[in-house]
Amino acid sequence: MASKQKLVVIGNGMAGARAVEEILARGGADQFEITMFGDEPYGNYNRILLSEVLNGSHDAADIFLNPLSWYADNGVKLHAGVRVEKIERRARQVIGQNGEMEPYDQLIIATGSVPFIPPIEGLYGADGSYKPGVFVFRSLDDCNRITEYAMNKRAAAVIGGGLLGLEAARGLQNFSLAVNVIQRGNALMSQQLDSPAAAILRTTLEQLGIAVHVDKNTSHIIGSERVEGLQFSDGSKLDCELVVIAAGIKANSAIAARAGLAVERGIVVDNHLRTDDPRIFAVGECVQHRGQVYGLVAPLWEQAKVLADQLTGTNPDSAYHGSKIATKLKVMGVEVASMGIIDPAHEGDEVVQFTEAKKGTYKKLIIRDGRLVGSILLGDISKAPYLAQAYERNTPVPEERLSLLFDIGAPSEATSVETMPGEMQVCNCNGVTKDKISLCVKQGKRSLKTVMESTRAGMGCGACKALVSQVIEWACGGATEEDPSAHYFVPGVPLAQPELVAKIRERKLKSVSAVFGELAGGVEDPASKPGLASLLSTLWAGDYIDERDARFINDRVHANIQKDGTFSVIPQMPGGVTSPAQLRRIADVAEKYRVPLVKLTGGQRIDLLGVKREDLPNVWRDLGMPSGSAYGKRYRTCKSCVGVEFCRFGLGDSMGLAQKVEQRFQGLDAPGKLKLATAGCPRNCSEALCKDIGAVAVEGGRWELYVGGAAGAHIRKGDLLCTLDSQEDVLKIAGRFMQFYREHARYLERTYAFVPRIGIEKVRAIVVDDSEGIADLLDEAMQRSVDAYKDPWLEGDAPATSHQFTETLSIVQ
Amino acid sequence: MEVRLGPIATIPEGEGRTYRVGDERIAVFRSRDGNLFATQASCPHRGAPLADGLFGGATLICPLHALKFDLRTGTAQNSDCTLRTFPARLDASGHILITLND
Repeated sequence: MASKQKLVVIGNGMAGARAVEEILARGGADQFEITMFGDEPYGNYNRILLSEVLNGSHDAADIFLNPLSWYADNGVKLHAGVRVEKIERRARQVIGQNGEMEPYDQLIIATGSVPFIPPIEGLYGADGSYKPGVFVFRSLDDCNRITEYAMNKRAAAVIGGGLLGLEAARGLQNFSLAVNVIQRGNALMSQQLDSPAAAILRTTLEQLGIAVHVDKNTSHIIGSERVEGLQFSDGSKLDCELVVIAAGIKANSAIAARAGLAVERGIVVDNHLRTDDPRIFAVGECVQHRGQVYGLVAPLWEQAKVLADQLTGTNPDSAYHGSKIATKLKVMGVEVASMGIIDPAHEGDEVVQFTEAKKGTYKKLIIRDGRLVGSILLGDISKAPYLAQAYERNTPVPEERLSLLFDIGAPSEATSVETMPGEMQVCNCNGVTKDKISLCVKQGKRSLKTVMESTRAGMGCGACKALVSQVIEWACGGATEEDPSAHYFVPGVPLAQPELVAKIRERKLKSVSAVFGELAGGVEDPASKPGLASLLSTLWAGDYIDERDARFINDRVHANIQKDGTFSVIPQMPGGVTSPAQLRRIADVAEKYRVPLVKLTGGQRIDLLGVKREDLPNVWRDLGMPSGSAYGKRYRTCKSCVGVEFCRFGLGDSMGLAQKVEQRFQGLDAPGKLKLATAGCPRNCSEALCKDIGAVAVEGGRWELYVGGAAGAHIRKGDLLCTLDSQEDVLKIAGRFMQFYREHARYLERTYAFVPRIGIEKVRAIVVDDSEGIADLLDEAMQRSVDAYKDPWLEGDAPATSHQFTETLSIVQ
Repeated sequence: MEVRLGPIATIPEGEGRTYRVGDERIAVFRSRDGNLFATQASCPHRGAPLADGLFGGATLICPLHALKFDLRTGTAQNSDCTLRTFPARLDASGHILITLND
């Protein structure tokens, strides 16, 4: 085997270390002998969390990403605490400050950035170093020095009212001294906020006890031996004993410039992160790509991946095309998030805005051609993760703009992630605490999917998923990873829904095993099976090849599994209407099979709980009623009120309509459950407004059709889709809507998420007004599925698989 | 001790079935790619019937609370629970043979 190439990395910060991690993840240890130089005498730590160390919420020891042992374990030679003096390109070697010499075949420069120091007189002492009391805020050592010096001081000033300056200011308050922020311009965080937002932020900070001085240009530092105050160019002064300079950063590109590489505002790199020397790459805050220099962490993750793809040759097509950045101020008691542009820039840019200055709340969105191009959130940033995603991925935003600013109908989040105690349960279904998620992130899981897989957080009712995301984001200081499979229809087949549907149709894949065979390299992922089964059944209806192992147990035995392994049996009861004879039969069955619990369901049916698997076929036969399909992701039931028969307010025959709905859509499988209701008048006794589909009779013999409602883990009032003239029209349009949902929703996406994602206007255009000319196709597809339906309880007499209803088999010799 | 449970055709492809072997209950799984796995029948977490789980490759998802087990080792990906596993194979006549631990 050829000898390994020598790879030298200058810089052991977040960029350098991440690049090496990415290279190792691609098997780089077999290709390269890796040597790293780091200025600081430590392993690699999370620089974004320095402000939390300063404010005391994190221990310095907690922010280490890779301890020194990590380097040894991975065969990486680390010169810790050694500054690189020069790069000798002709000899292909780098020289450290003590004469350490390391030859390279490939070199990565990841020197990060250095604080920008404005021209202020009196910064330095006689020995040329900073005068006692003057600090920058960049490294763990800076942080420790500030902490030490701040003890027993009365007043501090932070020069710079940007992101870093404000984080430092809030951190300094931890030392019970008066904290001042000095801003040269007239507004705080001018890169991220417009002027109304900056004004609100200023008030918020002042309420927290931080004095904000704007339009102040510091001309010199008062005090000969140590800092005693600041002198401003307008003649005013400020007493303080400690100054932190946080006036911005600049790329640390000096070493590259000395080596003769192209350097402008940073080291100039191409889309492969390569400098103008083909053996030298650069990554992180020290680089300039397409004229942009980044001072935040997210671009660095993307760059490190591309660099590793290129260097190891794993993916020669990999390229970096720049980053879209969402920023967040991580300061206790101040919630700020910002992304993209801060003011409309083009004609036609749409601005959606909300201000409640008294509460410190400000929300602003800038939308261009239906996509988010900028946003500022102050005070309440609960929508920030969602908006950041829409911004970064450039996905269309819902027509209902209000839903971008507020969670309407959802329970408000009681606590912010930051202040939430560690033992607090995030996932109430599976009992997963904030601490448990943090631990999982520390162990290297940085995406929602991987954390969910290893903790089961969010895998119960799913209502906490957004919160789990926020905790992950908090725990890794914003360095979350997006799992590509988040966009797949199911995790085990690497295709999004439209592409998956196209491939299935094109290759005529009619069974789940065929899909794994053709589209997933033959690798079966059990978690993906039910989703694929549902999709295939929708696409092929009667031609679907139904492999029973792809079904969840409930759909194999047509009953709902209970905690003790017994089952619940719910017979069909269309419209919630029963009869004395039927009730007698149910009672007889309950007694004969010693059913431990008989209970009314929320869907107006009768549930027999605790039925043994072996008894299922006999129970069904004795009941003589079809399945109520109260299991699985499918049409469940249609609740109704009494309607016109007895009710003195009834306007329409809700009971009759519910029975027709049930007859038509019984057992229909779908990406998520479908719970329906019909109401005989707008009093809505059957709660039709919070159902996946609800039909409400109104005066004049008409029916209002609502879609996308919910009242379970998530609460949402349905959107009015249309008003129809007859029951037949309700059946037709409800069916067409269901088919549209079946074909376009993500697996497990309920209509309450699907309808707002698509937008009710668009749903209405397609389903009611046939804007895309697919109404007939949808109706025909629905009809095929309706025709393909067979009562699954008939399998009680003709099992579909061997020992389908046997609980325990005996040995057969 | 090796025990013969019965013909492989008893277990549909991609599914599991529970067998009573003396005092023990054993879940046996038959994968679509032709492998056999045998484990304890009840989930150590809350006693779920494991043979009812979704299964593919060598991965089993418990039907009650979605614990994800590697059937080759018995370890769970998302929990501290571990399954007892038993070597399983087919004999020449297509019957399932499992080896009990003692």
